[in-house]
Amino acid sequence: MITPTIITATTTTIRAIATDMLDILSEPFFRRAVIAGLGVALVAGPIGCFIVWRRMAYFGETLAHAGLLGAGLGLLFNVDIAVGAVVVAMILALILIALRRQKQLAVDTILGILSHTALALGVVVIGLVTGAVTGHLDILFGDVLTVSTRDVWVVWGVASVSLLLLATLWRHMIAISVHEDLARAEGINVQRTELLFTLLIAFVVAMSMKIVGLLLITALTVMPAAAARRIASTPETMALLSSAIAAVAVIAGLFMSAAWGTVAGPSIVLSAGLLFVLTLPLGQRS
Amino acid sequence: MLKVNNALVTAHDVSLKAGGRLILDRVNLAVRPGEIVTIIGPNGAGKSTLVKVLLGLVPQTSGKVEKQAGLRIGYVPQRFPIAMNVPLSVRRLMTLTLAANDAEITKALDETGVAHLVDAWVADLSGGELQRVLLARALLRRPQLLVLDEPVQAVDFHGEVKLYELISAIRKAHGCGILMVSHDLHMVMAESDHVVCLNSHVCCEGGPTAVQKDPEFAKLFGPAAARMIAAYTHHHDHDHESHSHEGHDHAHDHHGHHHHHPGHRH
Repeated sequence: MITPTIITATTTTIRAIATDMLDILSEPFFRRAVIAGLGVALVAGPIGCFIVWRRMAYFGETLAHAGLLGAGLGLLFNVDIAVGAVVVAMILALILIALRRQKQLAVDTILGILSHTALALGVVVIGLVTGAVTGHLDILFGDVLTVSTRDVWVVWGVASVSLLLLATLWRHMIAISVHEDLARAEGINVQRTELLFTLLIAFVVAMSMKIVGLLLITALTVMPAAAARRIASTPETMALLSSAIAAVAVIAGLFMSAAWGTVAGPSIVLSAGLLFVLTLPLGQRS
Repeated sequence: MLKVNNALVTAHDVSLKAGGRLILDRVNLAVRPGEIVTIIGPNGAGKSTLVKVLLGLVPQTSGKVEKQAGLRIGYVPQRFPIAMNVPLSVRRLMTLTLAANDAEITKALDETGVAHLVDAWVADLSGGELQRVLLARALLRRPQLLVLDEPVQAVDFHGEVKLYELISAIRKAHGCGILMVSHDLHMVMAESDHVVCLNSHVCCEGGPTAVQKDPEFAKLFGPAAARMIAAYTHHHDHDHESHSHEGHDHAHDHHGHHHHHPGHRH
């Protein structure tokens, strides 16, 4: 039985939670975290779609691990760790593109070797340079609650440029995702498009380092896209939905972190995973 | 060296080596306007690879591919995976790499008998429907050369006959050259002008009737298969399973045979 008392009590609780949320939103550090997180979510959406369509999840993972090695080398040579991450991720991307042409080893074996070598080497380098890896868990899992105003600007700057580049590659990337040989036979420069897209992933990986961390960035791209795939009927709606789901995951994760004191990056990824599970009963649209 | 004056595409002594294995061995081939050329051969004979070399998708190790300047090609690839792929309607698939208005799209789909599917989702299509949509997609480019890699795969026998009839009708309506790959020997024979029997190298070639009588053809596919094709031209009754099995076994025999005579050429 729903009595007026219960309703009043429920309303009071909801109001209390809402007030808490508004309170935390008035905190500048939290607002910076939300804005930076939304910047990442916006780009993660469409990038994740291509990662899902082209079965590049492991590839993205490898670039993220290369980013860790880059961050380590950045610490070693006293260069900004984000710059180090971009450079090493790009170099690895070029190596992978070159290695894909050989037929001695399967691509996922090569990825398995390079990805974990980069991860191990990254951890070793960071440990050697700083004495303890544990002080740098933020590189692995993000530390979005400590982003500075400058970080926010960097995230949105990189996000804007990435989205512009993505817009110019869009039609070609869709054609390549549908059928690579067909796209090539119909005059699309597959190599150039793929190279640019790979470099884009490298940038997004470095940009997201502080937000969700290198170990989880692939998850934040793949999970929303996989969820959106079940609902969307065109590539464009899938990309938009994907960004929206990533944005909801960012906000939910940050509030979860604020409410229960959980680590922010993993909380965001957990929220994304939960959203994916929620789309399961919806069934595949096409 | 093959000299063909008005050919749309010509392969001159094309060889391709990969992983120490000779996939294509000095292949010569030409497709002229209005002509149906069919490449037949066992699995692993290099048929799809040859097509990819001709299309410029895979670089050859030696030899030359000549294409008429500005040649418009419509290509239907062998495999078209659609599971978990980009969510697409047929309309969108038609215009992935070129702009076309509704009338043009409908006309092309109508020609292959699938105009009613224009708003269907690609993932919902049956094997036969997908092949027809892909064929319509190729026609939308107003091709001078149609390249069809295994056009009847994933299509039931009845659909197979219909598709070959459609391909023949397209040739008549558009006057385009058609290069077709098949490991099915049945109907190919009835519609082709020129048959190229490939097993890394060109074993034999010529008109369908001549090829069937060629001893190299019997060696490649087995005398039983050769007889079956002859029978096919009389009545469309045959056992698909046992046939393809036979073709495969004999292909195996031939491979061994070829191994003993590495210098063997035709």
